[in-house]
Amino acid sequence: MKIAVCVSHVPDTATKIKIADDSKTIDPNGVTYIINPYDEFAVEEALKTKEKFGGEVVVISVGSESNKESIKKALAMGVDRGILLKDDNPRDSFGVAKVLAEEIKNEQCEIVFFGKQSVDYDNSITGQLTAELLGYQCISVVVDLKFEGEKVIAEREIEGGREVVESRLPVVITAQKGLNEPRYASLKGIMAAKKKVIEEKPAAGSKPTVEILKMHKPPAKQPGRILGTDSSVVPELVRLLREEAKVI
Amino acid sequence: MNKFTGVDYYNIDSLFSEEELMIRDTVREFVSDEIIPIIEKHAREATFPIHLISKMAELGLFGSTLPQKYGGSEMNNVAYGLVMQELERGDSGIRSFVSVQSALVMYPIFAFGSEEQKEFWLPKLANGAKIGCFGLTEPDYGSNPGGMITKAEKVAGGYLLNGAKMWITNGTIADAAIVWAKLDGIIQGFIVEKGTKGFSAPEMKGKHSLRASVTSELIFDNVRIPEDNILPKTEGLKNALMCLNQARYGIAWGVVGAMMVCYDTALNYSKSRIQFGKPIAAYQMTQEKLVYMLTEITKAQLLNTQLGRMKDDGTLKHTHVSMAKRNNCEKALEIARIAREILGANGILDEYPIMRHSANLESVKTYEGTHEMHTLIIGEDITGYPAFE
Repeated sequence: MKIAVCVSHVPDTATKIKIADDSKTIDPNGVTYIINPYDEFAVEEALKTKEKFGGEVVVISVGSESNKESIKKALAMGVDRGILLKDDNPRDSFGVAKVLAEEIKNEQCEIVFFGKQSVDYDNSITGQLTAELLGYQCISVVVDLKFEGEKVIAEREIEGGREVVESRLPVVITAQKGLNEPRYASLKGIMAAKKKVIEEKPAAGSKPTVEILKMHKPPAKQPGRILGTDSSVVPELVRLLREEAKVI
Repeated sequence: MNKFTGVDYYNIDSLFSEEELMIRDTVREFVSDEIIPIIEKHAREATFPIHLISKMAELGLFGSTLPQKYGGSEMNNVAYGLVMQELERGDSGIRSFVSVQSALVMYPIFAFGSEEQKEFWLPKLANGAKIGCFGLTEPDYGSNPGGMITKAEKVAGGYLLNGAKMWITNGTIADAAIVWAKLDGIIQGFIVEKGTKGFSAPEMKGKHSLRASVTSELIFDNVRIPEDNILPKTEGLKNALMCLNQARYGIAWGVVGAMMVCYDTALNYSKSRIQFGKPIAAYQMTQEKLVYMLTEITKAQLLNTQLGRMKDDGTLKHTHVSMAKRNNCEKALEIARIAREILGANGILDEYPIMRHSANLESVKTYEGTHEMHTLIIGEDITGYPAFE
């Protein structure tokens, strides 16, 4: 079984983001980058799948030299080898999916794992686009997964509940929190990762389908309001929650 | 609480390799996820979090510098030091557990054991199936271990051990003890297994320090040890001291973790604690304290980094380790106390880690060679006069 896992290199969620002077990109100064948290679930599931059925797991990332940090993290967790599709310029989801699909085709991977979204641009679409370009089945936002021969049975999160779906190989799975508990890269794994290969190739050019016009921060949070300190304000509180905040 | 991102005022990270940083960050994450949420409870109840043993083994924390064939990860000493640093940010007791298992049990078996002993013990100690402890100190022989009275006698088929050890980390939970005893007047190392007749390891109670760590006595009452359990390459006190040197090296790094968390806690607290209409961080006296702490942390980090590089390239002397152990423990304790001052009354609550670290560091400053002994060790080295004799 040949398995691919695609990872994105994103700003640490604890980092405070500043928008660059061009208003179209973020200022990378002082930003720590990490492997996209949802991609860690994807890596863990890829490793578990390999442990069950044998085969090889290859990690693929599209981006600049620094993406190698996230590739190395996956290698330290136990992935067999890495591929960096190098492009120093940011590209849209379609541009990422296009080069990933080509590489996955070359690699002839039957199962492909993604995180359900990357926490930088939050488009939640790269996995699905890649599946479409490859002509693979796709199951997104997966919280439980089983392979039975050619059959794939997955539980996925939907609004207000869960559904169980069945599909078949080859398949793209996008991982949701809850699918598994990602392992720590062991010290042995980190030392072993040094000897694993990261193949680097230029990512084929791609015409953007989406252009970023402007980035801005959300408006500052409004301060809270104290209605009173005893039970007499409860009716007013309920009214405000219902009519103003519209949360109940 | 904010995610802990370390203390690095001097871009000291630039002195570490990619693997060293990756190892540090992995252990940092492990400490944040697995140790910090549970440690206050264990310290309060004076219990060692035994469930962490298998998790730490899985991560590869035991004997991580040893060859892979014995279960190690062949890590260098700088990476090992960074692991100790991160663990002690969690708690000195947890770091002590790993120090003892790695530096005082696996190291002597690796360095002074037979091939059979290495093959039998090291993989089991690495994967946490077996726990070890190290018995050198006695009730009446602390700084002067050469005076020990525990003795071994040659008898048919092995040795007969009599005596007692004290202040032994992990003693009660250990499957095997590395015990130092005089055989015909020469100090040698023995592996004493749990359950051997005449051997008991009662826990010492009533500690105000290292409460999340097991400390024990080891009592040997006519304990018969098989011939194969002597560490064959031990030939005097120097072998025991070589083990201590490994452990002291880990302590020098470890306490920097305690310093970092005390500083980080005090810095954050001082920015949010308002008195007389402004944060206490805005007062000169608080700033002086914070700057002193940060400066001492930075000096200790640089001391450790060079110490580790010397250990890796083989130019390290034991007196170098003494200097780092001596300085860093003293400064760590001082920093914990200053942090407590900045937190005022809140500093004594276990809502903050300060008081636990402060109490722990009282032990850490004393064990593995007291502050005074390390002063005399360096003193002898530079003057030629051994003042402790």
